[in-house]
Amino acid sequence: MTAVARAAPRRSPSRRVLLDRLLLYGAATFLALWTLVPIYLIAVAAFSERGAVYDYPKELLPTRFSTDTMAFFVGSSGVISSVKNSVIVALGTIVLSLAIGAPAGYALSRFRFPGRDVFQLAVLSSKMFPIAILAIPLAVTFIGLGLYDTLLGVVIVHSAMVLPFVVIVTAGVFASVSRELEEAAQTLGTSRLGAFLRVALPLALPGLAAAAIFAFVTSWNEVFAATILTLRERTLPAHVVASLNQSPLYFKFAGGFFLIIPSLFFIYFMRKYLFNLWGPGK
Amino acid sequence: MTRHGRVLTALVAAGSLVAAACGGGGTGPSAAPPGAVSSEPFVLLSTQFNNVTEREAVQKQILEPFTKAKVDYTGSEIGPFNDRIAAEAKAGKGTVGALLGLHGDFGGLVGPDKDYFEDLTPLANRLKDRGIPAEFLDLGKLGTGKQVYIPSMQATYILGVNKQALQYLPSGANVDDLTYSQLRDWCKNIADKTGKKRCGLPAGPNSLLHRLIQGYLYPAYTGGLVTTYKSADAAKMWADLKDLWQYTNPQSLQIDFMQESLLSGEVWVGFDHVARLVNALQQKPNDFVTAPAPKGPKGLYYMSVLAGYAIPKSSPNRSGAEAFIDYMLTPEIQAKVQNVAAFFPVLDKAMPADLAPHLKALTEGIQKQSKHKDAKVALLPIGLGAKGGDFNKVQRDTFQRIVVKGEDIQKVLNEEGANLQKVMTDSKAPCWRPDPDSGGSPCAVK
Amino acid sequence: MAVRAGRALSFPARIARSDAALPLGLLAPTIVYLTLLILVPVAQAILLSFQAEDGALTLDAYQRMVSEAAFADSLRNTALLLVFIVPIQLVLALAMALLINSRFPGHGIFLYIYAIPLAISDLAAGIVWLSIFTESGYLNTVLTGLGVTKEPIAYLSYENLHLVLMAIVVAESWRATAIVLVILLAGLQLIPRDYFEAAELFGASRWKRTLLVVLPLLRPSLQSALIIRTVFAFQTFAVVLTLAGRQFPVLAYEAYDWYANVFNSHVAAAYAGLILVLTMTVVVFYLRLFRVREGEAAR
Repeated sequence: MTAVARAAPRRSPSRRVLLDRLLLYGAATFLALWTLVPIYLIAVAAFSERGAVYDYPKELLPTRFSTDTMAFFVGSSGVISSVKNSVIVALGTIVLSLAIGAPAGYALSRFRFPGRDVFQLAVLSSKMFPIAILAIPLAVTFIGLGLYDTLLGVVIVHSAMVLPFVVIVTAGVFASVSRELEEAAQTLGTSRLGAFLRVALPLALPGLAAAAIFAFVTSWNEVFAATILTLRERTLPAHVVASLNQSPLYFKFAGGFFLIIPSLFFIYFMRKYLFNLWGPGK
Repeated sequence: MTRHGRVLTALVAAGSLVAAACGGGGTGPSAAPPGAVSSEPFVLLSTQFNNVTEREAVQKQILEPFTKAKVDYTGSEIGPFNDRIAAEAKAGKGTVGALLGLHGDFGGLVGPDKDYFEDLTPLANRLKDRGIPAEFLDLGKLGTGKQVYIPSMQATYILGVNKQALQYLPSGANVDDLTYSQLRDWCKNIADKTGKKRCGLPAGPNSLLHRLIQGYLYPAYTGGLVTTYKSADAAKMWADLKDLWQYTNPQSLQIDFMQESLLSGEVWVGFDHVARLVNALQQKPNDFVTAPAPKGPKGLYYMSVLAGYAIPKSSPNRSGAEAFIDYMLTPEIQAKVQNVAAFFPVLDKAMPADLAPHLKALTEGIQKQSKHKDAKVALLPIGLGAKGGDFNKVQRDTFQRIVVKGEDIQKVLNEEGANLQKVMTDSKAPCWRPDPDSGGSPCAVK
Repeated sequence: MAVRAGRALSFPARIARSDAALPLGLLAPTIVYLTLLILVPVAQAILLSFQAEDGALTLDAYQRMVSEAAFADSLRNTALLLVFIVPIQLVLALAMALLINSRFPGHGIFLYIYAIPLAISDLAAGIVWLSIFTESGYLNTVLTGLGVTKEPIAYLSYENLHLVLMAIVVAESWRATAIVLVILLAGLQLIPRDYFEAAELFGASRWKRTLLVVLPLLRPSLQSALIIRTVFAFQTFAVVLTLAGRQFPVLAYEAYDWYANVFNSHVAAAYAGLILVLTMTVVVFYLRLFRVREGEAAR
């Protein structure tokens, strides 16, 4: 840091750096604890004896460990097959929503054309209406299309629910990608599509990763549409939420925790894409 | 090129996802020769037995032994239940073969422009000698001319009591023969002596508070419900309830299932539907007892909540569904249901001897209530159709305004009474017990 | 690439004069898809809100909606939640994103931890925060155990509505900050390191660097994050319902309740229509406020 001579820090550089580091780690750890404590509590409750969840004072440590509740829940009919369905639907939602939405985000960010703002609002407006109230017309349409009780039907609806997010996020990210880079690539001989694929897309990867994570998680947790559109081919929330809402508290924790696990894996897998491939910043 | 390769892989993956996703689909209507039962599998859509353990038990012990057709149980909350029935009816075809729901669940689906259910009168006639009380069958018509559902389970509301609370009973009070004012004194005692308000009312958003008001509180104080909605007796009832509320745990407004609060100790004396008390008795059988509802000046009124089976018009297997309902109404299966969920048979037969201990305690509480010397039955609302939801809302709103917000009692009763009258006029429903017969004209608020 | 006739115009001018065919082509699938699946049913539902049982046009549903006591409460509460939750989450998420972006050793793990709440459905989040805030819950256990309070406090009682609000804000902030975080982080990735270094070079303190350099460059992402979070805030009610029941009415729950419990889809549609209009208004406000031009951030 060449500014040292001018700024003349009052402390020696190493102590300053140490203090900085301490603050940094302190803040990061505090935030991490804030995030983790409730997850820890769900996990402890899910893996405790049934009565433990009603105790007061509550046990903070897993002193009454038991896998009974979880085992019963996971082993109950339909749970495993609904997990499989949920995975298919979630992955399908990512593919479909990104395929349709990312180009739209690109268009919104790059081009000025009449009605652009209206388009943006129209896309967003589809998220502004509670989906639960649209259940009947959707179900009737899908029965008519022969998509009732199919996973494809759920993928289609979930993609529609996630699409606005994908469009907005990708638009925001593409807007930050310098247009000059694409133009430079084009001068160097690639087509417009090539410039998009080789320049804009990789730079926008963190945004796309964010959109993918969100698509997965939204689809995975979505309850209303999945419930009304499926009967036998149920996703996990459709299968489980009505039951959990009327079950005792310990099942709610077990079910809640079980619902989290696959998303945790997915986010773990995707997290490195949230960073640019070219290292810090550029 | 790697990028193209990735795009290609994505496309292939997408393609196979699509292929995988195109599974399932509804089954066509059954084509069985007349008289025979089709073995086409169908779905039983139910708002009951949704608890994780009950569901497993019902699937394994009750549905699987039914060999005439494969019945897939699908649990549902009331919103999607309605949506699905309406959607399948509108589309003309469906996967749902039979329905299990509460009286009120079906009520929202009948109406002048809604013809979603098969008329089960022939089936009801065939089952005549099983011993279903005629009154229940009548309720199953929901005020329309046809048999919408066949009642097969009943339950009621009683008090769940933590034994620790018994020492605080006011002197001279018998827990099996309380008046509402004794209940209030009891709650006051508990609050004063332990420093915490440990009485509970099921007043949460998904609770059955309206049934408590309709079937217990109103008749016990006024001898009626609709006709006496804004009477002086009613005002007294609300005043007493407000008084009781002072000593009730404020978290009652979030309680949907009393058993949770009983188990956590936040509530020691709680009123709720037996199916929402049973888990407390099961988890800690030595900690709790049951007691009948308190009585008011006009008697100990209680309400029996009915659940039953219906067949949607879009059912893919009508004969199988009818055979299934027949099966559910045999004494053996009724006893099994009782063992599995805290829902009791409608058949007038004796209780099985091998009842699980927690169910025994529950049954005792129920019998103490129905056999009480001052006991009288209040019926579920009949004939409200789609206005059933509005009807319940009036009671909930009245409670919220008087008890929670503290508005002037008579003012609220006048305003909500007007709302109630509108519901009755719109639905054209005649009075039902405990209100006196109105001879076919819409019940009127006096 | 072919040399096109009439290449006299410079690149920026040519691109700026793109005919609308390409962008519309890119947008078309999205528009068609959303229109068929969502917008048409939405229009039908809004029409429903203007109809009576027999189909006649009427304002009854809206009148009914407005005359309920819960209406004013739900409007106020929804606004309160927005006012508190959105800024808190922005600050938290920004702090997290900046921390992560500094790439200190171990930042990958911390990012994963911060992102975990993404995986949690709002129902599960409601349950866990209920178990923290309920009278016999974890918070009271800890506070009475440490001696900070003598008696358990009823955080969720309707008698302490300000505490209820606090509980909801905390729970919702916890649950949904991760969404804002990943958006902001993606945006931060695109700010070239040069800008950070230049600011340091001129002796700007960390705060100044953040405020004057990073925030303006982050505008597109901030806009996206704000919009997304606000749109969701108008729609979610699961956490509110679990923690506060009906004592803290919000618009989204009123819409759902009228539909699923009272079976009155007209009033439900009226509430839903109101939510749509309010959300639209706020989003338009954000769009005006932020006015982002393409590529501005990276120039």
